[in-house]
Amino acid sequence: MDTDQLIRTLAADNSHRARPVGFALMLALLAAAPVSLLMFFTELGVRPDVMIAMRNPFFDLKFAVTLALAISGIAVSLHLSRPEASLRGFGWWLLIPAGILTAGIGGEMMMPQRLPMMTRLVGKNSWVCMTAIPALSLPILAGALIGLRHGAPARPAVAGAIAGLLSAGLAATLYASHCTDDSPLFVATWYTIATALVTTIGALVGSRLLKF
Amino acid sequence: MRERDDEWTGLMRSAIAGDSAAYHRLLKAVTPVLRAAARRGLARAGQPVDQSEDIVQDILLAVHLKRHTWDVSAPFAPWLFAIARNKLIDALRRRGRRIFVDIDDFAETLPGEMPAETASASEVAAQLQTLPARQRDVLQSIAVESASIKDTAARFSMSEGAVRVALHRGLTSLTAKLREQ
Repeated sequence: MDTDQLIRTLAADNSHRARPVGFALMLALLAAAPVSLLMFFTELGVRPDVMIAMRNPFFDLKFAVTLALAISGIAVSLHLSRPEASLRGFGWWLLIPAGILTAGIGGEMMMPQRLPMMTRLVGKNSWVCMTAIPALSLPILAGALIGLRHGAPARPAVAGAIAGLLSAGLAATLYASHCTDDSPLFVATWYTIATALVTTIGALVGSRLLKF
Repeated sequence: MRERDDEWTGLMRSAIAGDSAAYHRLLKAVTPVLRAAARRGLARAGQPVDQSEDIVQDILLAVHLKRHTWDVSAPFAPWLFAIARNKLIDALRRRGRRIFVDIDDFAETLPGEMPAETASASEVAAQLQTLPARQRDVLQSIAVESASIKDTAARFSMSEGAVRVALHRGLTSLTAKLREQ
């Protein structure tokens, strides 16, 4: 087929309209969410004292951090789905969850505490946290990558890593309602390790899957 | 350059709004620029430039299937060159060379150095043969025999909608096959 013939064929297909990447990502996340929710409610469940915990600002802070991570991850993912886009000028979105967490650590430091710092940092659920967040995020990551395949990222590994961040953010939002460790120090340590793991998986899979 | 870029952007906006003739004109207009850049990339990698047409077709397919990622309010050229650069790097890598491709390779092509098509492409044609019969028939009818969608529908006693679906699926799987090879 010569190039003129190909051009004629492409022009004939002009009436086909693809959905925007944001729409594809939303559909894929909505399809993946029930899987993670099912895993969460059958294996973990919300902590029993959740009504009391909600009055603890550090319990609420966990959701501010994880949701900020999820939302900024979605925003950056959609930005990077355009081939001419780069992280420049958009990377600061990812600093928002880190900033909230840092402020939380500062706030906790200024308050009198019953437990020493290392005890709060190590917590009781570090192992559950490090396995539950990656496990819960895998269905979401699969959905996110399938949705983002509609895009055209210039650097698929970077786009995959950001998909990992958004999946970890959503999974950690679920997990945070189960976990009884509310110290920002615990979040900064174990949630971060779990998120780094998911981000690495996202980068590895994305580098193949998101190539266009 | 500025004028050319504005013209492209205008054509692409019309194309997105449903004007297939504008889309055809746009693809015709960008092809020589893509060809010049592909040749330059191949030459710099020490590869025979007669493979440039395969790269051009690869870029055109990607432009077509990813055009929904273009922001209608943005200029078209940077988006086009980003797609083209990505595909050119891929093509050179597949031929075993890692090479730095500058975005200016596309942007700075002068009208005087735009070569006409000389060598024919073989990759798309080869992959075409591996498509399901229905998609291949539809693609061949429109591409080679330059039949309209309507004529193609009548010829294979399909509905026009079914022809459109087969055409789009054919182009999508053609692109997927090219990527996997």
